[in-house]
Amino acid sequence: MARQSTIRTEAAAVVTTRHLSLGRSRVRAAWLFLAPMLLVLLLVAGWPLARTIYFGFTDADLSDLSSYEFIGFANYLEYDEGEWYGLLADPDWWNAARNTLYFAVISVSIETTLGLIIALALNASFPGRSILRAAVLIPWAIPTVVSAKMWGWMLHDQFGVLNDMLLGLGIIAQPVAWTADPDLAMAAVIMVDVWKTTPFMALLILAGLQMLPSDCYEAARVDGVHPVKVFFRITLPLIRPAIMVAVIFRLLDALRIFDLIYVLTSNSADTMSMSVYARQQLVDFQAVGYGSAASTLLFMVIAVLTVIYIVAGRVNLGEGGR
Amino acid sequence: MRKILLRGAFALLLTAIILFAVFPFYYAIVSSFKVGSELFRIDYFPFNWNWDNYAAVFAEQPFARNIFNSVLVAAAVVVFSLFLGMTGAYALGRVKFRGRGMLLLTILGVSMFPQVAVLSGMFEMIRLFGLYNNPLGLILANMILTLPFTVWVLTTFMRDLPVELEEAALVDGASPWVIVTQVFMPLMWPAMVTTGLLAFIAAWNEFLFALTFTLTNDQRTVPVAIALITGASEHELPWGNIMAASVIVTLPIIALVLIFQRKIVSGLTAGAVKG
Repeated sequence: MARQSTIRTEAAAVVTTRHLSLGRSRVRAAWLFLAPMLLVLLLVAGWPLARTIYFGFTDADLSDLSSYEFIGFANYLEYDEGEWYGLLADPDWWNAARNTLYFAVISVSIETTLGLIIALALNASFPGRSILRAAVLIPWAIPTVVSAKMWGWMLHDQFGVLNDMLLGLGIIAQPVAWTADPDLAMAAVIMVDVWKTTPFMALLILAGLQMLPSDCYEAARVDGVHPVKVFFRITLPLIRPAIMVAVIFRLLDALRIFDLIYVLTSNSADTMSMSVYARQQLVDFQAVGYGSAASTLLFMVIAVLTVIYIVAGRVNLGEGGR
Repeated sequence: MRKILLRGAFALLLTAIILFAVFPFYYAIVSSFKVGSELFRIDYFPFNWNWDNYAAVFAEQPFARNIFNSVLVAAAVVVFSLFLGMTGAYALGRVKFRGRGMLLLTILGVSMFPQVAVLSGMFEMIRLFGLYNNPLGLILANMILTLPFTVWVLTTFMRDLPVELEEAALVDGASPWVIVTQVFMPLMWPAMVTTGLLAFIAAWNEFLFALTFTLTNDQRTVPVAIALITGASEHELPWGNIMAASVIVTLPIIALVLIFQRKIVSGLTAGAVKG
């Protein structure tokens, strides 16, 4: 009896150690498999970001990146002979920050509303639904630069088709200079962005809609609840998580917007975003130190807003929702 | 009566959505066939098929070379992203180890980086490697855009594969490399096609790096080439050429997207809703 049990314990011990070593070698293999990916990520993301933050504290110049001096926080804020200098005292920076926030909030709100409408329409069954779904994907597939150029042509002040349409409908009395008029330039940018990214929003919300259980709806129909009430009481609360995630993805994109604004309205102050401002300093004015400080600030703004949004909105991003 | 009215309103909404989505590109196609003063008249339908703008795009600048650059960059980015993504996803999706959740969140965090935040650091690095004004440098730079979501999406797919498959292979004494390439790869094709396509589109459309890291016309990729097409003067943009170039680079992407419609939608939602 006693002997048998020792054998059994020994056998169990052998099995455990084998299992353990297998587990350990598995973890070692996992790190080996991760290494190339992590190295590349470190090379293209970690290192450049660290350098950008470092450059933000120097007076580096694009023409010669090897010689620069450490100047502390002077790029951000400096007091010299009765005057404030640096990013935080630069009205152009604050203008860019205001433009970016305005653009992000307005465009994402419109996109969410339109995206919800399109998603609800796509969720209904009707003949030709797949054609509609395909059509909606087209703006998403078009490169941003191309959509900026296409819309630039449609918004042309003299020969643009949009002016022609609006004149024909009698909405405007004379042609409008969409991209040149300071009051309209931002509206034009928002219009193009809404056109380009609403499909993304609609598809994400549609995916959320298609996961809804059908029994609540049947119960509501049996009880004769008004469809509008069903939407606000059942549908909206149930797809809130999907909308929240879609909104944060879009917000992050909107806050770093560059291509569309750069191509549609160039370096105009009326629409300049933080990314456009930072690149202008970095490349056009060759002020790598100052531009890097602006980039770092933009990075901080986005990081802080993301954390606030995730915490306040209780968005579940961890481990794929598990 | 009320039902018919509702039906009519719904049909109207659907028509509006389709027009809204399709008209701008349709109008670009119409405009691309107009030359000279025809451009200054507004037409809603094409009236003659004049290919002059298409010929001019290739004659007036190295557009064929630009397309080659774009294809090269996008294809290389897809290959590298998928290779690194698959190996990374195996470790992140199938093996439990300490710090896995933290690692996944960090990777997700990288996908939130504004591109401009790495611009000066990347510029220095690309110059250091001697890749300034060279499309090869863009391959490296674009990895920051494609790698995080490739890893993320492939990990979610990899995690959902049945555990028995891997156990059977382990009992047969298969190494992790064999498991990834022989057992998982065949099952992961749909996910790889999806993420590969998304990575291709991201690299094909990338603008900021391509604009900053290339200098001469023949090293540029298509988005930069199109953005910088200029006419005789600054106020006289050759809209016909621009529209023709836009149609050329957009049609293949639209074709790809429509063919792989379902896969792309599932990839987008796996990356966002689940992630």
